[in-house]
Amino acid sequence: MVSAPKKVAISRKKRQRISPLLVVIPAAALILALTYALPPFRNYQLATVGAYLCVTAGLTVLTGLNGQLSLGHGALMATGAYTLALMQNRFNLLVAGIVVAVLVTTVVGAVIGLAAARLRGPYLAGLTLAVAVVVPSIASTFDETFNSDQGLTVALEPPPDAITVEQWQAWVCWGAALVTVLLLAYLIRGRFGRDLRAVRDDETAAKLAGIGVARTQVLAFVVSAACAGLAGALFAVLAQSVSPGAFPLTLSLFLLMAIVIGGLGRLVGALIGAVLLVALPSFAQSIAESSGSVRLEGNLALTFFGVVLVVVMLAAPGGLTSLTNLRIRRKSQKGRK
Amino acid sequence: MIGPNGAGKTTLFNVICGFAVAQSGAIALDGKPFRPRPHHLSRHGIARTLQGVGQFNGMTVLENVLVGIRGGRATEEAAYEALERCGVSEFAGAYPASLPYAKRKRVELARALASRPRILMLDEPAGGLDSEEIDWLAELIRTVETTVLLVEHHMDLVMSVCDEILVLDFGKPIALGSPGEIRGNEKVAEAYLGTAA
Repeated sequence: MVSAPKKVAISRKKRQRISPLLVVIPAAALILALTYALPPFRNYQLATVGAYLCVTAGLTVLTGLNGQLSLGHGALMATGAYTLALMQNRFNLLVAGIVVAVLVTTVVGAVIGLAAARLRGPYLAGLTLAVAVVVPSIASTFDETFNSDQGLTVALEPPPDAITVEQWQAWVCWGAALVTVLLLAYLIRGRFGRDLRAVRDDETAAKLAGIGVARTQVLAFVVSAACAGLAGALFAVLAQSVSPGAFPLTLSLFLLMAIVIGGLGRLVGALIGAVLLVALPSFAQSIAESSGSVRLEGNLALTFFGVVLVVVMLAAPGGLTSLTNLRIRRKSQKGRK
Repeated sequence: MIGPNGAGKTTLFNVICGFAVAQSGAIALDGKPFRPRPHHLSRHGIARTLQGVGQFNGMTVLENVLVGIRGGRATEEAAYEALERCGVSEFAGAYPASLPYAKRKRVELARALASRPRILMLDEPAGGLDSEEIDWLAELIRTVETTVLLVEHHMDLVMSVCDEILVLDFGKPIALGSPGEIRGNEKVAEAYLGTAA
């Protein structure tokens, strides 16, 4: 028997939505407190989560909200990281270096986005895959500038004496991550967010509604590339060096898997994905170390991601964030009974 | 606009909207040459619904309508007005996929109306609807304060709401006139039945 459609009326008064600032400000306070409580290695891991959050948040906007599949975000991160390294080694101005890294990656993202807007599905995946393969190899080709496979070291001013390097890294990475999340949250809750989703759901209907489909797709790629560039720059700050080996094809696959496991199209899902990107390899490494197998150490993280992806997709096809939606729906159904 | 299947009705709609390019002829709007681009139609005050339903399944009904309101006036108030006009405001928070087909068609109509068009293009809006829904649709077309271009196979609807009917057959216009004139036109009967009435 088909059930009658639910009448889900909303008051004509403006819908009450939590301001992103009300989430970001307490989160900033929590992170600050954590950096004082955690030991240096955990602070480093915390900083890495912040750096990953920048790229996963941007990727979930592109793939989850706009429906464009990118397998090349690792390459965009490499662009940001190398730009920062070159800027730092020349001028040693961190904020300016990060801004330039974001701008350069944005331009690269716009070029890829222009091509991507003409492609769909597997063809788009193929294009971005080619980018992921080609960009790191540029470092080997122009070895005078990029120092081939050895990469570049990143000159950084030491942090103030009162704090540790890892604490400072966590502040920098999470400061950037929270600003990114805040900007994205405001961006996707308005017309731009609706346009992104409309293009994803039905391009013909979106065009008839007055949306420039190609323009929206390019803008989505640009926004996402800027986030990836920022993440790349932060990784350069964290590692204090950049090399092609830090941005392999598997990084792009990990990023995609992380946002799918977390929940596509949701910034909370991007946060979960960022945590998994740090936690799962660390967990895999500790298991491999205890087993004493070097070969296992290299491959176990990818296996873990694969297994988690399969399990999550079976249990919650919408990703881990959809579990909360399910629970809320079940509670409200119980309440109605 | 009526005609047998394959007559070119939807193709003509697609040409007017810029989804297809005409091999010959020209399009004019307000007496001036008009080069249509689908995403610029709303700027010219043109809205169109699709055969079947064009909807955004990842958005609520309210958001579906908000998408149709462009130019800095995307207010929820305006979206609710359009939803109420189409009798689906009670489903504002629901997702279109959870609604029956007829209600989804109404949501699509609400999105088109929310842009306050001066020309509303409806492509087989009565397809798949029961008689009650078709009566509601006829009333909407009669009372909406805009020019309506209608492609339809449901003759009772066409005869009851249209001032002028264009009949197409194999891509060519074969008759143009009032419902009374079209009803008695032999060419039209031949196109539909294969023989003159």
